[in-house]
Amino acid sequence: MRDVAVISFAQAKNQRRVADLNEVEMLMPVTGQVLDQVGMTIDDIGFTCSGSSDYLAGVGFSFVSTLDGVGPWPPIQESHVEMDGAFALYEAWVKIQLGEIDTALVYCYSKSSPGDLPMVLTRQLDPYTVAPLWPDTVSLAALQARALIDAGRTTEPEMAEVAARSRRSALDNPNAQLAWDRPAGDLLTEDYHVAPLRKHDCAPITDGAAAVVLAAGDAARRRVERPAWIRGIDHRIEPMALGLRDLTVSASTRLAGEKAGVADGPVDVAELHAPFTHQELILREALGLVDHQNVNPSGGALSANPMLAAGLIRIGEVATRISSGEADRGVAHATSGPCLQQNLVCVLEGES
Amino acid sequence: MGKDRVAVIGVGQTEHRATRGDVSMAGLVREAAQRALADAQLTWSDIDAVVIGKAPDFFEGVMMPELFLADALGSTGKPLFRVHTAGSVGGSTAIVAAQLVQAGIHERVLTVAFEKQSESEAMWALSLPIPFTPPLHAGAGGYFAPHIRSYMRRSKAPDHIGILVAVKDRLNALKNPYAHLHEHDITFDSVKDSLMLWDPIRYAETCPSSDGACALVLGSEQVADDAAAEGRAPAWIHGTAMRSEPTLSADRDTVLPLGGALCAADVYKQAGITNPRTDVDCVEMYVPFSWFEPMWLENLGFAEPGDGWRMVEDGATELGGDLPINMSGGVLSSNPIGASGMLRFAEASMQVRGGAGDHQVDGAKLAVGHAYGGGSQFFAMWVVGSAKP
Repeated sequence: MRDVAVISFAQAKNQRRVADLNEVEMLMPVTGQVLDQVGMTIDDIGFTCSGSSDYLAGVGFSFVSTLDGVGPWPPIQESHVEMDGAFALYEAWVKIQLGEIDTALVYCYSKSSPGDLPMVLTRQLDPYTVAPLWPDTVSLAALQARALIDAGRTTEPEMAEVAARSRRSALDNPNAQLAWDRPAGDLLTEDYHVAPLRKHDCAPITDGAAAVVLAAGDAARRRVERPAWIRGIDHRIEPMALGLRDLTVSASTRLAGEKAGVADGPVDVAELHAPFTHQELILREALGLVDHQNVNPSGGALSANPMLAAGLIRIGEVATRISSGEADRGVAHATSGPCLQQNLVCVLEGES
Repeated sequence: MGKDRVAVIGVGQTEHRATRGDVSMAGLVREAAQRALADAQLTWSDIDAVVIGKAPDFFEGVMMPELFLADALGSTGKPLFRVHTAGSVGGSTAIVAAQLVQAGIHERVLTVAFEKQSESEAMWALSLPIPFTPPLHAGAGGYFAPHIRSYMRRSKAPDHIGILVAVKDRLNALKNPYAHLHEHDITFDSVKDSLMLWDPIRYAETCPSSDGACALVLGSEQVADDAAAEGRAPAWIHGTAMRSEPTLSADRDTVLPLGGALCAADVYKQAGITNPRTDVDCVEMYVPFSWFEPMWLENLGFAEPGDGWRMVEDGATELGGDLPINMSGGVLSSNPIGASGMLRFAEASMQVRGGAGDHQVDGAKLAVGHAYGGGSQFFAMWVVGSAKP
């Protein structure tokens, strides 16, 4: 495969509610910054790909307005996925593999604040048999957590440790939405939100945006000192129906991790897209990172979870740490669908 | 590095109808996918990855429906990818799927596009109010009518050109068993006398609202060679291109969009086409309102600006003409929106494989598939041929 690297990453400051800006206004500073950081404009970009959801925006073709925001004139080569930005990055990576273009802009965004997110996400479920019952995302995740606890694979105190560690790490992340330092033991005194989940086990609801610039080979080396090379990237899906899969494991993450080559070298840092504490434990197991000491140093999705962007942010957070020299090799993960239905794994590495 | 060869080795589509009440969304996509697999003589387990496309999720009221369709599309443990590029999406989806083979990542990719318009009302799904944006509340016809009016003024095309296109496409649809509209009694006068919806667009010059799906199986060079050796002709992909331009820009010409022209120039260059009018045997282009046929004939380089309507009037674009357009009956005869672009790409493939049945163009060797979307701002095209590129 052709060597392709993340050479620039930017994200909006994640917030519970961005009330004074629409999606275009929220995104434009981010796409501006991600290009500025590497001295580029849209004219230097070979391919543009974005990820967003009409259901969150509340209008059909919502991506059309944000595309206007990047200034696609003269006309550009461009595509859009109704998926997390991490998948938009995948399409751009494939496009660069064809050898005709060397650079790509990837961006994604969403505002969950105008609606009732757990209710909106029920519209993802099987419209004939499940969605009419309106089971919300938190309740579905709670079923998964219960299954994991019942299987003896985690405990509420262990989940609270994930929550405490993530929010503590987020204190060092200026873009984080939730950051605090409280001992895990204290958290367990709180009431259940949806048993066995407490509020701290759940990701916050976030408005946000993120963008990445990809470049191949010398086009990357020319622009940054230490590109974060994509060594492997793969994504897999499972059936949606909760009765058709073992909720205590993530078979699709395991498979994507194998295809992406997670185990082919040491992992210095991992950013896992786990909107619920117990899901980090499932993902760690699937990726062979059970005892890893450097998972989600950004605070992860538990500290900021902009839908459609939280996955790309994981890739950006790993790439930033590689480019800064803080890490040599890292793993980023993105998820979509109820209870970790669909998963993407990306292995990034700096040049030694 | 670089691009591997890729070919269409299986084509499938549903019977397109106003309401396919006999199938769920899952049943609809499976109907098309299973026909494509049967055509390719493959089974679900032979497929490496699935790429699915459709237009806005509001059309069915399901957010990211690919997630619940994953099981029906046999994609457990496989990559499933969802594309959404407005009306061009059926074309873009096929292109994204082809690229997975061209990049050497997969050998056999299933791509599916669908719309089940009967689940909702597309015109209103397209007319949700956007803050600080003037409301249209008129669906796509209201948006495009001024573009057509502008074309008529600039080209001095006579009023009846749109009617000729509508009659031609509906007559072609009579030869296509999958088409939604089979209007056996259609005449020039019946179109002319139909209700004026958005002047100058009459009811009978407008695409229907359809339930339907389309599926293609794309194979690597080895896979396609094997199919050819067994007597199943592949449609080799000679070029693919996509272009996008803004909705709102003072520089835009919405009658002859630069994005469409650049998309065509790109795909012709890849396919070695220097004179599209003579090099290409037939075209399936995205014509949701009759007047878009002459407009796209000009935009895609088949006629000089202002002359596209003359090709229509001369009958050049009829099934027996020198450049047949929309042999299947086109979008004017079947419009499951998300699938409409892929149906164009599929028809082009069927033509060069010699498998288009009663709407086959004799000896078609090189065909163009075209799709557009948004406010005439998203374009996807491919060129397929019977010969290996």
